[in-house]
Amino acid sequence: MLSRSLFLKLLSGALIFGAWEYAGRTGVNYALPTFLESMKALFDMTVSGLIFEAYADTLRPLAIGVLISSFIGVGIGVWVGLSEKFDWMFSPIFIIMQAAPLAALIPLLIMAYGIGLTSKVFVVCIMAMPVIVLNTSGAVKNTPSSVKEMARSFLGSEKDVILKIIIPAASPVIFAGLRLGVSAGFIGAILAELKITPTGVGDIISYSRMTADYPSMYAAIFSIILLAVLFLNLLEKIENYLFKGNNQGYVS
Amino acid sequence: MTKEILENAVSVKGVYKNYGEVEALRDMSLDFPKGQLTSLLGPSGCGKTTLLKIIAGLLPATQGEVIVNGKVVTKPGPDRAFVFQDFALMPWANVIRNVAFGLELRGVGKVEREEIASKYIGNVGLKGFEYSFPHELSGGMRQRVGLARALSVDSPVLLMDEPFSAVDEQTRRKFQEDLLNLVKNENKTFIFVTHSIEEAVYVSDQIALLLPRPSRVSEIIKPSGFRHKDVDSIRKDSEYLDTVESIWKSLRTYVE
Repeated sequence: MLSRSLFLKLLSGALIFGAWEYAGRTGVNYALPTFLESMKALFDMTVSGLIFEAYADTLRPLAIGVLISSFIGVGIGVWVGLSEKFDWMFSPIFIIMQAAPLAALIPLLIMAYGIGLTSKVFVVCIMAMPVIVLNTSGAVKNTPSSVKEMARSFLGSEKDVILKIIIPAASPVIFAGLRLGVSAGFIGAILAELKITPTGVGDIISYSRMTADYPSMYAAIFSIILLAVLFLNLLEKIENYLFKGNNQGYVS
Repeated sequence: MTKEILENAVSVKGVYKNYGEVEALRDMSLDFPKGQLTSLLGPSGCGKTTLLKIIAGLLPATQGEVIVNGKVVTKPGPDRAFVFQDFALMPWANVIRNVAFGLELRGVGKVEREEIASKYIGNVGLKGFEYSFPHELSGGMRQRVGLARALSVDSPVLLMDEPFSAVDEQTRRKFQEDLLNLVKNENKTFIFVTHSIEEAVYVSDQIALLLPRPSRVSEIIKPSGFRHKDVDSIRKDSEYLDTVESIWKSLRTYVE
């Protein structure tokens, strides 16, 4: 028997894909293929190995960018939350990074770092890091003072308070930030490929759009969304494993 | 009446506490006899929680000293345990981890501390809930967890900051009865902050009435006649009722 959570996920998938299929068939737009046509294109790409080659290219800036954004982002976020001086130095950088339009920053990145892997990793980080850092620092700053006081009253050291109270207390918001940030990172990886030089999955999207091969284009987009969804599920599992008490019985 | 020389577990001598311009405590001196429950009773804002936190070492005094079992203290120590008004539980940890937390911070090994914690979880009536999380418990149960945590570290002095004010009336009455039994059975000194006159007269061996800012002790009352009575009869005892009334008359002038 399916768990409720899995059932809801499959059901919502079925609803969306059903609607997509319907929209494709009733000719909403000449460029919108049906769900099944797109799946066939995806299947063809899998069989020919094209999709795997593409991901070999895309995953490099994506993985590097996501790993840097997650680990260094959370680290900087914790430090910014704990230290006023560090907050003064670093918060503005991330606020600007979040607010500035990426399209405007990309030419600057290309001038500074060229059109290779480095620029693409930067794009992923620019998309992913601000949310992660700002969420983390906000959560750390807003740790309820009563629990911190409790730890001190039972003889907790500064280190105990940070590791055993502040970080677990901040973890729900940190993970929310990770979910938002990593999703944005995925978008960043594709954007980098669309706007810097076409490689990997971004190249499939660009090329199939130019040759009016819409099923392939949608297949590529679908695959990246699917990967992002799988990764978010993985994040959820990691959060539940690390902080069992965070799961206070939500809908799914 | 026989003269008993009571040893004082805690002594507060000439404590002042200022928050900037505001004088919260002025020349506060008070003794807390060993093995007894002393209440700090007074209207809101009279500095009772401030004094309790200074005794706990969570707040520094601007002037004056706090002596616990003969030694001057300025920081938290293994000789004092605190029970918080809002329970201060860790929502991400289960009951047994919360109760064992004081021991965890002292470096006690996992098996040993969970064993000790289990015992106190049973003592406060939460057996079976060791692996529940705080959000699965009622307010009264959460406060029992806080109490079990404070008892687990086996400190000679127990500081309680309005521990029953965040639970419903029925649970509160039950807690007051349990507290009387606890004071009788455990050989600890209790310092109890409350704003409820009935509660103070019910549970205390002595009551210190505190006046509003700047706080100082106005009088010390030692209800005695009914202390030996069983928990149910105390609330009907005439000395209990008279004491409550006379305290109210004293405090009334400061509230109006």
